[in-house]
Amino acid sequence: MGPKKIVVTGIGATTPLAGTAQDSWQALLAGRSGARTMQHEWVTMYELPVTFAAEALVRPEEVLERVELKRLDPSSQFALIAAREAWADAGAPEVEPERLLVDWATGIGGVWTLLDAWDTLRDRGPRRVMPMTVPMIMPNSPAAAISMALGARAGARTVVSACASSTESLANAYDHLQQGLADVVIAGGSESCIHAVTVAAFSSMQALSKRNDDPARASRPYDTDRDGFVMGEGGAALVLETEEHAKARGAKIYAEIAGAGVTSDSYHITAPDPEGLGATRATRIALEQAGLAPGDIRHVNAHATSTGVGDIAEYKALRAIFGDHLDDIAVTATKSSTGHLLGGTGALEAIFTVLALHERTAPPTINLDNPDPEIDLDVVTSPRPLGDGDLAAVSNSFGFGGHNAVVAFKTV
Amino acid sequence: MALSTEEVLAGLAELINDETGIATDSVQLDKSFTDDLDIDSISMMTIVVNAEDKFDVKIPDDEVKNLKTVGDAVDYIVKAQA
Repeated sequence: MGPKKIVVTGIGATTPLAGTAQDSWQALLAGRSGARTMQHEWVTMYELPVTFAAEALVRPEEVLERVELKRLDPSSQFALIAAREAWADAGAPEVEPERLLVDWATGIGGVWTLLDAWDTLRDRGPRRVMPMTVPMIMPNSPAAAISMALGARAGARTVVSACASSTESLANAYDHLQQGLADVVIAGGSESCIHAVTVAAFSSMQALSKRNDDPARASRPYDTDRDGFVMGEGGAALVLETEEHAKARGAKIYAEIAGAGVTSDSYHITAPDPEGLGATRATRIALEQAGLAPGDIRHVNAHATSTGVGDIAEYKALRAIFGDHLDDIAVTATKSSTGHLLGGTGALEAIFTVLALHERTAPPTINLDNPDPEIDLDVVTSPRPLGDGDLAAVSNSFGFGGHNAVVAFKTV
Repeated sequence: MALSTEEVLAGLAELINDETGIATDSVQLDKSFTDDLDIDSISMMTIVVNAEDKFDVKIPDDEVKNLKTVGDAVDYIVKAQA
């Protein structure tokens, strides 16, 4: 028996653009930016070198119950919001709890809770450090929260690979469904770490754009004037299931997740392999698993964070894989609109890739005013029809640590 | 200033509601924290620490296990305030 066909039947997201996956998609098509000047007093108190970010547009306080807010770190709050939306979108499938799995991801975990607890300890002593602190810090908390909310008992797994995390969680979900560990998987990732400490830390490593006077134009992948990424936050979830299971229950199917590749560079802790060799291998693995040739790919949702070296390394990887065919691929860098959701970014971009296939429209890259002459790509700058017939696309994610993850999708 | 049993009960009910979402009018003196109100040990410790702040009393960790019912906790706080 060959590999099973695995399909996407539900999507959910809370992002800097909007509070749902569909609203985020519409805002993306409209070319909006989620980056805004931060209003927190700590931005000026600590004279942070970066004063803007792409914060989630709809705050969890507007969505969740009070008790959920108290007992969950924001990284888990975003996870729960996205997972519930995806679950409802999938039609709340009837599935045995023992056949329902969570494959989640986060880059850092409960950083707000950890830093708040440290403040509390110093200001008020150990007795006031709340007993929920540990279960709120744990990087597996988002997966556990989803498992409890939706009754998933096949497992609640978490992968941590920085900005590749939630593409890797999709790769894991694909593998777990192929292995027969579950009939349905809720997969994705979430992050909430726009805190003075992380802004200062990312800024110290010169990773962030410092375009403080024009936040909406700061994330500009492939542009000659790009100067770093824009921190984002939020959560994104996909419901994946075997086609057999989806068809048996009459589910709507967005697309097929046809393969995934995960590799590591073994090169440098933060810098990508300058030739993009690890990324190239990850793409080859994903295509092979999907039974696709490079020439079958019509659309790429690139990792493209808007950093100087990262965008070029990925371009080299794309050129190595696709050769001359790259000129016929509609490439988009949606971080130009959303900012970089770190551990949530891969799943969000997977949703955008799935919707691009489903709607047969590639979403735009904004802020590309002066294309970098070293990057010879057909970048989509306004929504572009992808045409008829069978379509295939890939979504890339790369993370500090030398992590590379690529997922391939097909129309159904 | 020492509070009455009714005042402590009302204040404690607010803390419990805040932590667990349990309706304040369900918090009655004869209710067991675990058996009736289904409050887990983590929430219980959070409520205890918040009660220490709210009522300006000390509730040692060793004492918490003796506070089986809402009435036990209210009595303890009323006495500790006196």
